[in-house]
Amino acid sequence: MAKKDLIQKLKQSNLLGRGGAAYPTHLKWQVVLDARGSKKYIVANGSEGEPNVHKDFFILQHHANVLVDGVKQALACIPGSVGIIYLNKKYYRRFKKPLEKIIAKAPITVFEEKGGYLSGEETVVCEEIEGKLARPRIRPPFPGQKGIHGYPTLINNIETFYCVSKIAHDDYQQTRFYTISGDVKKSGVHEMALDLTIKEVLEKTGSWPKKDFFVQAGGGASGEIFLSDELDRPVGGSGAIVVYDQKKTDPYLLLYRWAKFFMEANCDKCTPCREGVYRLAEMVHKRMIDQAVLNDLFLVMENTSFCALGKSVPGPFRSLIYKIITPQKNGQKN
Amino acid sequence: MAKKIEIKINNKKIIAEEGQTVLQAAEANGLYIPTLCWHSDLEIKPNCRICVVQIKGQKGLPTSCSTYVSEGMEVITESEEIAKARQVNMELIFAQHREECNDCVYMYNCQIKDLAKKFNSTITRFPDRKNKFPTYQFSTALQYDSSKCIDCGNCVEICHKQGVDFLTYEKDNTFFNVVPTKDKNIDCIYCGQCLIHCPVGAFEGVGEFEGVEKPLLDKNKIVVFQFAPSVRVSIGEEFGLEPGAIVTEKLSAGLKMLGADYVFDVAVGSDVTTIEEAKEFIERVEANGTLPMFTSCCPSWVKYIEFFYPEFIPNLTTVRSPQINLGGLIKTYWAQSKKIDPKNIVVVSVMPCVAKKWEMNRPELKINGLKPVDYVLTTRELAYLFKKHKIDLPNLKPKSLDDPLGRPTGSGVIYGAVGGVMESALRTVYFQLTGQKLPNICWQNSSDILGLQEATLKIKNKEYKVAFVSGSGPAEKLLKKLQKKQVKYDYVEVMACPGGCIGGGGQPVPTNQKIRAKRAKSLFNIDVASKLKAAQDSPEMKKLYAEYFTDKKIIHKICHTHFNKTTKQVHPVK
Repeated sequence: MAKKDLIQKLKQSNLLGRGGAAYPTHLKWQVVLDARGSKKYIVANGSEGEPNVHKDFFILQHHANVLVDGVKQALACIPGSVGIIYLNKKYYRRFKKPLEKIIAKAPITVFEEKGGYLSGEETVVCEEIEGKLARPRIRPPFPGQKGIHGYPTLINNIETFYCVSKIAHDDYQQTRFYTISGDVKKSGVHEMALDLTIKEVLEKTGSWPKKDFFVQAGGGASGEIFLSDELDRPVGGSGAIVVYDQKKTDPYLLLYRWAKFFMEANCDKCTPCREGVYRLAEMVHKRMIDQAVLNDLFLVMENTSFCALGKSVPGPFRSLIYKIITPQKNGQKN
Repeated sequence: MAKKIEIKINNKKIIAEEGQTVLQAAEANGLYIPTLCWHSDLEIKPNCRICVVQIKGQKGLPTSCSTYVSEGMEVITESEEIAKARQVNMELIFAQHREECNDCVYMYNCQIKDLAKKFNSTITRFPDRKNKFPTYQFSTALQYDSSKCIDCGNCVEICHKQGVDFLTYEKDNTFFNVVPTKDKNIDCIYCGQCLIHCPVGAFEGVGEFEGVEKPLLDKNKIVVFQFAPSVRVSIGEEFGLEPGAIVTEKLSAGLKMLGADYVFDVAVGSDVTTIEEAKEFIERVEANGTLPMFTSCCPSWVKYIEFFYPEFIPNLTTVRSPQINLGGLIKTYWAQSKKIDPKNIVVVSVMPCVAKKWEMNRPELKINGLKPVDYVLTTRELAYLFKKHKIDLPNLKPKSLDDPLGRPTGSGVIYGAVGGVMESALRTVYFQLTGQKLPNICWQNSSDILGLQEATLKIKNKEYKVAFVSGSGPAEKLLKKLQKKQVKYDYVEVMACPGGCIGGGGQPVPTNQKIRAKRAKSLFNIDVASKLKAAQDSPEMKKLYAEYFTDKKIIHKICHTHFNKTTKQVHPVK
């Protein structure tokens, strides 16, 4: 297939990145194709470091050949490129060998990431592959312009490459992978239409709970909280839905779990994220919400954090606190 | 020339240059944006999130230090939201930083305290997260109190740029912390650049400031102060004077008021170093000895060679550094002429350097069982002492330094800025070989090693390739090229600190590119104005060599030393 044809097809299919940010894939490809560089990198990002998201694992387990084909499509489309399948430690151990078997002699290597959640961030991917400390870079330049070792680098999520392969073979059905977990009968990953609402996904997979519940949608740490009457909306993010039994769930404990996760996962580079998350953790651990402090922390995290991680922290906290812990007081419902 | 770009800052039209950051454009137009982690020597990080602004069309509050101007950009530098964000981020910075304001290198000009006041931050809003964090000691030179660290990473970056990597990040379960490395192949060279680049005073010299009075306590001894070339052009900053203000004789007056019995000039020690080094260089050339010869007056450079590149030890000149030379002369030549028992003399050096605190304790420097120098105070420590004793330096009546070790040549004074040692030595080498004055040397930037300046000097049909470089990082590049025989030099001056001693770890904070340039310029101005240019022109040197330095043995005893390969010396324990 001619280069332009595939990018055109990605555009026609309206494929958006599946890593969580939903950036149009064809734009990314075009930038890397147009960028000057004696060498280019194609990275399939299988960092998948957020709790309760398992779709990349599912694809590696069941559709590794489709993934590898997706990467090969990119290699064919972008001259002078080499491929890297970038995996977290656990996935690397499990899938390195089977992947290499499928890759055979194609110029694709399997890379083991050292860090955690943040290592899935695009500029951190570049830093990791260069063997540096897992901290985000200043953007611009974006990896598409200057990525690994300064070469133009295309970084897409594993699921995105899965879709690329499907699109290249005219087999794309406008689907995505949903990870359902938490207080449900059966956790699992499901491939379904990508425009389903949270409610539809829960119903179609037989996961609609019988008891009072709320969900976290988008991701198991950065996703927002929605009450059971707020589910007529798309899942968003990385397609994860975590169901919480309202009676069984201790909201403070949940908040603390997130805070601890972010505290360990962030890179400690910038003040608001490093110290803000720590103070959030301190506050929810004491089970005492200080409204003024909370608002101040949210303000600096959302507006002054260096990268998307810090900016995303207030989302889940705000929604859980205002919807579950202090709903009457604030009357805030989105 | 850079392309002009029109932007608006606070609704005012401004012409900026393409490639400028918002911060640079604002500063160039006299608009103030507060910063903390930003430093002219370092990369844009941007970690502290204090310099945040609003930019029309952009979400959130981007940092002005890392955002580049673009045509039509509209920037707001002050608003309620910006003020709030700065206030809270500063509170979070204070939430890490354990205050010890009465014993801090920023005691009189604390940036974070000033900023907190400006932003209305409550500095005690959160309890100090790092309260129990340890203090690490780096030999007799430096201390790092990690309970004051705000994780800006300036020290880690400059340590890396210095080619050392002694300071590094280590992750406990939750946080990356700045710690000295445990790697046995890496050691601290005591340059103190971490201190100079730390915005919050987490580093200090050993004894700073609790030990400053010690040299003055022993009333029965004769206290002799000597101060280094660069101190005369930097200490004024501690009293609100412009960087580069020359205060040589006021400094002398202040030291006398403190209780110094005599005040001498380390630059006279430099003159001795120059004469001996020139001699050694000529001898090496004539005897086909090891070349290039490296200067060794910078103790951090010496430590760098001794630890990281011991194969270059034979390249170091064996001549002692100016403070050690002069200290040695004070306790021998001068003591003898004054009929004083050297045991009753206390020599106090005022240096721009924390590594000098370590150098002074090197055992092989002892003469007749005595250390040439008994105490080293940094420029900052002396300023503190003056303030403590209510000595207002800028308003003192100037007082001459004492004879015979208080009158240096211009050569001795320019030792304080990189290139000065080389210039001084060549003035003497040239005179020794030709009987004539050194012509102007045309220094050129090396195309191989960033920061190194080189020249080819023709003396009597023989060409000498000479060079100077500051920063142990650039110097390491030189060593690597020498190892591979990719470059060839005869004589090289190396200073571990950027800019030489005027940028040393004992200098007033802040120190940055602009301030260093002003300090250096003043030193070279002193040289221009001085009648005695070359070390051999000095009547004191002539007298010294005629009356005292009459045989090689005594010269060797007072003016020469040796170096040893070392293993890791700093094992900071928690």
